[in-house]
Amino acid sequence: MSKRDLRNLTLASAALGLAALLPLYDTGYLLSIATTMAMFTVLATSWALFSGPTHYISLATAAFFGLGTFVTGLGFQTLPMWMLPLIAAGLGAVLAALVGLVTLRLSGVYFVIFTLGLAELVRQLVTWVQNRTGQRGMYVLTSITERDIYWQLIAMAALVFLVGWLIARSRMGFALRIIGNDETVAKHSGIDTAMAKILLFMISGAVAAVVGAMMAPRYIYIEPSTAFAPILSFQVVIMALLGGTGRLWGPLAGVIPFTLLWEFISRNAPNQTLLLLGLAFLLIVYVLPGGFVGLYERLQHRFGSGGR
Amino acid sequence: MKRRSMMMSLATAALLAAGLAAAQAQEVIRLGAAAPKTGPLAGGADVTHWPAVRLWVHQTNAAGGLQLADGPALIELTEYDDQTNPQQAIQAAQRMATQDRVDFMVAPYSTGLNLAAAPIFSRLGYPQITGTNVTNQQPDLSAQFPGMFFVLGRTGAMAEDTARVLVDLREAGEIGNRVALVNVADAFGIEMAGISRSVLEENGFEIVYQTSYPLGTQDIAPIIDGARAAEPDAFIAWSYPGDTFALTDQAIVQNFTPRVFFTAVATAFPSYQARFGAQAEGVMGMGGVNPDDPAFQEFAAAHMELTGQGPDFWASASTYATLEILGQAIEATGTKDRAVVMEYLQDKSNSYDTILGPIEFNDMNDNERFWTVGQWQDGVFRGVAARGRDGVSDVIVKDGWD
Repeated sequence: MSKRDLRNLTLASAALGLAALLPLYDTGYLLSIATTMAMFTVLATSWALFSGPTHYISLATAAFFGLGTFVTGLGFQTLPMWMLPLIAAGLGAVLAALVGLVTLRLSGVYFVIFTLGLAELVRQLVTWVQNRTGQRGMYVLTSITERDIYWQLIAMAALVFLVGWLIARSRMGFALRIIGNDETVAKHSGIDTAMAKILLFMISGAVAAVVGAMMAPRYIYIEPSTAFAPILSFQVVIMALLGGTGRLWGPLAGVIPFTLLWEFISRNAPNQTLLLLGLAFLLIVYVLPGGFVGLYERLQHRFGSGGR
Repeated sequence: MKRRSMMMSLATAALLAAGLAAAQAQEVIRLGAAAPKTGPLAGGADVTHWPAVRLWVHQTNAAGGLQLADGPALIELTEYDDQTNPQQAIQAAQRMATQDRVDFMVAPYSTGLNLAAAPIFSRLGYPQITGTNVTNQQPDLSAQFPGMFFVLGRTGAMAEDTARVLVDLREAGEIGNRVALVNVADAFGIEMAGISRSVLEENGFEIVYQTSYPLGTQDIAPIIDGARAAEPDAFIAWSYPGDTFALTDQAIVQNFTPRVFFTAVATAFPSYQARFGAQAEGVMGMGGVNPDDPAFQEFAAAHMELTGQGPDFWASASTYATLEILGQAIEATGTKDRAVVMEYLQDKSNSYDTILGPIEFNDMNDNERFWTVGQWQDGVFRGVAARGRDGVSDVIVKDGWD
């Protein structure tokens, strides 16, 4: 471990530790925004773990997230709470593996379309099962507070950052970067591209399912139309791209300003939220094509610090 | 010069007077409301929720505000869009309570959003008097959120009463035994279809056709086709707004003419009548009101005048009633101190005088008197079944579409 790694690790732990102290300061408005931020940080970072290096845009976050909320919804009365995220992770990984096996051998655009459809597919499946069994909307009434959920999410964020950091240093991470740059070259160098992609997609899917399982007690009422709402997938992609996927901290740099912007717009222009968000998004695409990471690197380049 | 100084003093006097008026009415009750303005439920909220909320604020202020112990207080309404998203509903409630520091909050629109926001209302001590929340979970919910009140009624009762209407019609010899039962495959439709199926079967009805369709289905023709082929006496659809209109449309197109035609949500919307005109005659749906009640008539006229649209014949009135209840609790206690108002609301011996008639809450914060089934009769959606409400109209059987 180099000196630089050590420094980054210390900085990251300090930042996470600081974030974890927030509920001691405020358990109201700030915490509720921070919980949203923490949720999107985990989702966007895990999304970027896969989509960053491979350049495969996945719109399946809502599918995994919804799956996770249903795991909690179905299991919270009979199973111990700590077990639910684990089950969600397992199911998320299995679903991702299935989807990956089917689609990741295909090139980019087919994958995007399929993942977009996946959330809808899973939603319809769940609805069909509910319809068959006469099962209804679920009420997740627990004593879990927003503070607990926030801490769970922070812990999850730490885990995701750690995993991301390890992957980037591994042969696996190297292989993924080669796939992203040129998949044919990767194949010819003897990389099992399908396997590499599926493994990463499974990690990303499992994380999203865990987040869903953790968030379910916050929503209280779980029904397919909100649990699998496709907007979530798009939000995650937008935030990750705004931050930039070139670095591990990139998505975080997108999540924070985007959540604040969203809140600012919701608050000050409640009648024009979508319009202003659309304009903001256009601006981001034109002014910040590489996200904040791209901007940071451009600035570094210009001021000659040479990327150190 | 002289003239000018006179003008000046006049202006000063006017300013002073305005200032005085403002000073007298300085007491303000801040009311926050977050509900869909965008997203899947925006259409419903625009018919049912927002106009009723704005109307109550408008009328209350026009009447000089609410009477507190130390004088009248005007209502200042802050509106937010929750984008039909539980995440946003939570954040909006949190924002209103801790940033805008509103004194009270209007309960959100729809069951899901009300439940998402419930922990915030509860933790920060805001009464949550819901007007568009139908559930069967009152015992659990009121135990967990003692400040949550239910005005609209219970899902179970609505599904049961719909089945009872059929039982009564059969006993009167108006219809036979055959029922077609369809539902939108979502939490609401599944639950309602399940309850009505079991009540109907207990009462010896034969379900000759049963199916469901996913939310957002565009092509509804096969459903009506299948139902028509089964030749039912009654057609019951636990539907959402989009499909309520589509099912009716298709039934007219295919000339499917059961003696009872029931569609659920949005049948009570004025737009249903506007769309189908005389063909709506005899169609049954969820909800209902007593349109002969002067209180409702007055409400409907004011609703029309202020918002340019009529109220729906179900939850508009109950949304308005939730605010009447809140207003009466505030006036009775003479304070905007939430804890005191909450205590008053939780005292179940209190009764509130609303456009729905008198309302009391039981031990589970539940209003036991509500409308369950309505029917279009002569251009008005009349309540034909209710729990504990006066003015129930007689049911008529549907005689074709023409």
